[in-house]
Amino acid sequence: MAGSIRGSDIAEPAAVVAGPVAAPPVSARRWAVLRHAARTRLAPLGVVVMLAALVVAVLAPIVSPHDPLKQDLGNVLAKPGRAHLLGTDNVGRDVLSRVIWGTRVSLVAGLGSVAIAVVAGGLLGLLAGYAGGQADGLVMRLMDAVLSFPPLVLALALGAVLGAGLTGVVIALGVVYTPTFARLMRGQVLTITAREYVEAARALGAPGWRIAWHHVLPNAIAPIVIQASLSVAFAILAEASLSFLGLGIQPPGASWGSMINAGRGYLQQAPWIVFGPGAALFITVVGLNFVGDAVRDALDPRLRA
Amino acid sequence: MGRLVLRRLLATVPVLLLVTAGVFTLIHLTPGDPIDVMMSESADATVKENLRRELGMDQPIYIQYAAWMGRLLRGDLGHSIRNREPVIENVGKRIRPSLQLAGLAMAISLIIATPIGILSAARRNTYVDRVGTSFALFGICMPNFLLALLLIFFFGVKLRWLPISGYTDPLEEPWLGLRSLVLPAITLGLALAAVVTRTLRSSMLEALSEDYVRTARAKGLSEWRVIRGHVLKNALIPVVTVLGLQLGTLIGGAVITEYVFALPGVGRLVVDAVFARDYPLVQGVVLLIAVGFIVSNLLVDLLYGWIDPRIRYR
Repeated sequence: MAGSIRGSDIAEPAAVVAGPVAAPPVSARRWAVLRHAARTRLAPLGVVVMLAALVVAVLAPIVSPHDPLKQDLGNVLAKPGRAHLLGTDNVGRDVLSRVIWGTRVSLVAGLGSVAIAVVAGGLLGLLAGYAGGQADGLVMRLMDAVLSFPPLVLALALGAVLGAGLTGVVIALGVVYTPTFARLMRGQVLTITAREYVEAARALGAPGWRIAWHHVLPNAIAPIVIQASLSVAFAILAEASLSFLGLGIQPPGASWGSMINAGRGYLQQAPWIVFGPGAALFITVVGLNFVGDAVRDALDPRLRA
Repeated sequence: MGRLVLRRLLATVPVLLLVTAGVFTLIHLTPGDPIDVMMSESADATVKENLRRELGMDQPIYIQYAAWMGRLLRGDLGHSIRNREPVIENVGKRIRPSLQLAGLAMAISLIIATPIGILSAARRNTYVDRVGTSFALFGICMPNFLLALLLIFFFGVKLRWLPISGYTDPLEEPWLGLRSLVLPAITLGLALAAVVTRTLRSSMLEALSEDYVRTARAKGLSEWRVIRGHVLKNALIPVVTVLGLQLGTLIGGAVITEYVFALPGVGRLVVDAVFARDYPLVQGVVLLIAVGFIVSNLLVDLLYGWIDPRIRYR
């Protein structure tokens, strides 16, 4: 079921792992997990892409050869060449520099929205699973309601009312992804609290927060990490889709989606305006998918067999 | 089966209530005064006041909600503040291209995915399988607006085989209509094909390791007959589930596809309404889409119960 639900839009891999990962001590497991991840064939490639994207995003002001906003009307639609490796766009801006700055936007959107979803969904799931009863019912029906909207449509509507800009898109995507993590966390809490070691801790008189912190959370975290690592790629695609439609970062700011949309009208004369950011987006998403798959294989012992 | 239908229907009620509440709240999430946002180009205070009164936004919020729900229950979804037409009529005019696009995309995805998925599983770990799984990865990672532009670039701009935008109704002009829908349907269908390929491959692999397959092989059936008679039928159940789960993605993809290819569908309507800041229209269409989505999920659930009797009695 690797990233089984396609991400052009916002959808998400369906429940990745159902049960909790069985529980040798967390610290002892960590190295085995990393070793396994490194052995997975495509993972190194994914890690390289991921690190490259991070470095480029952080060092954008240094590595970018030109000012991404500087127009040069004497040099519009220039072919890729020595002066402009990926050519220039319809107002003479350097496409490569804009792709480099766009990396920042994509990563911020991808990581930011998933972080929101992990925290919000995690807390809601913890609440629902722990409290049970009416609180559980209310939280989960609320999550069902969010899931009743096609993801992209919900993000579009939320983004529209929150106002164009990166913040609006990040919040909108965070909301869209929250139910996935809430459901996952709730499931984890329910299975883990039924385990003997939790019963034992309770019998020893450990307080509820201690059980939650020391027993439930460390064991519930693996599926959340897996889901999060797969979700980032989809969130990046989603941000690109929304900024392609015109939400998200506003002109003249550069994001891959908005660059692709702007280049649409020049497909015949200057296809590089579309293909530059398009390639960056595709490579990043493929790389992150490799990493996500590797993390999943490493953390889920049942798939390792 | 009757009990299953009833149970699912009842479970839908609270969700529907929360969905309507959510859609109602949408307009109030606007930072600042929604009337100002909607009427940004018109500074005329009386026009704004009229709109405010018309939308009931001069009332306390609970009265607004009650009034809105009351109209909703009578089938009144409000009307567009731009073209003054009811939401229902706006959607009615746009639904046909969207349904045609979705249907064609689904057909294309199954035509592509079925052979690739079966071959990938039957020839596991060979180059055939690697081509198949690479195709699936490509389809899953490829943003559909980019795919759309690539298709436009090659088939529209370079080869000039197919129209790159616009819509002709295939029910009126079958040939022209089909041509106008081919590229959008491939755009939308390829993504779905990727997901179906992956699912079919993995569910086939699972079915291939079952005891009854060993039995079938032991009695001397050819591999093809084993697959056709024993594996495929069992492997199709997860595919139906995934097709259902993909509905939301399909709708989202349709929004983008209709936007790129200038198809006058419901997805395009949402985008246009969002950018015209026509919030009542956004509310109405989003609500209709959500209800349509809930109903189709319900149908998929029931279909699933019908295909797999084990579900029915759980």
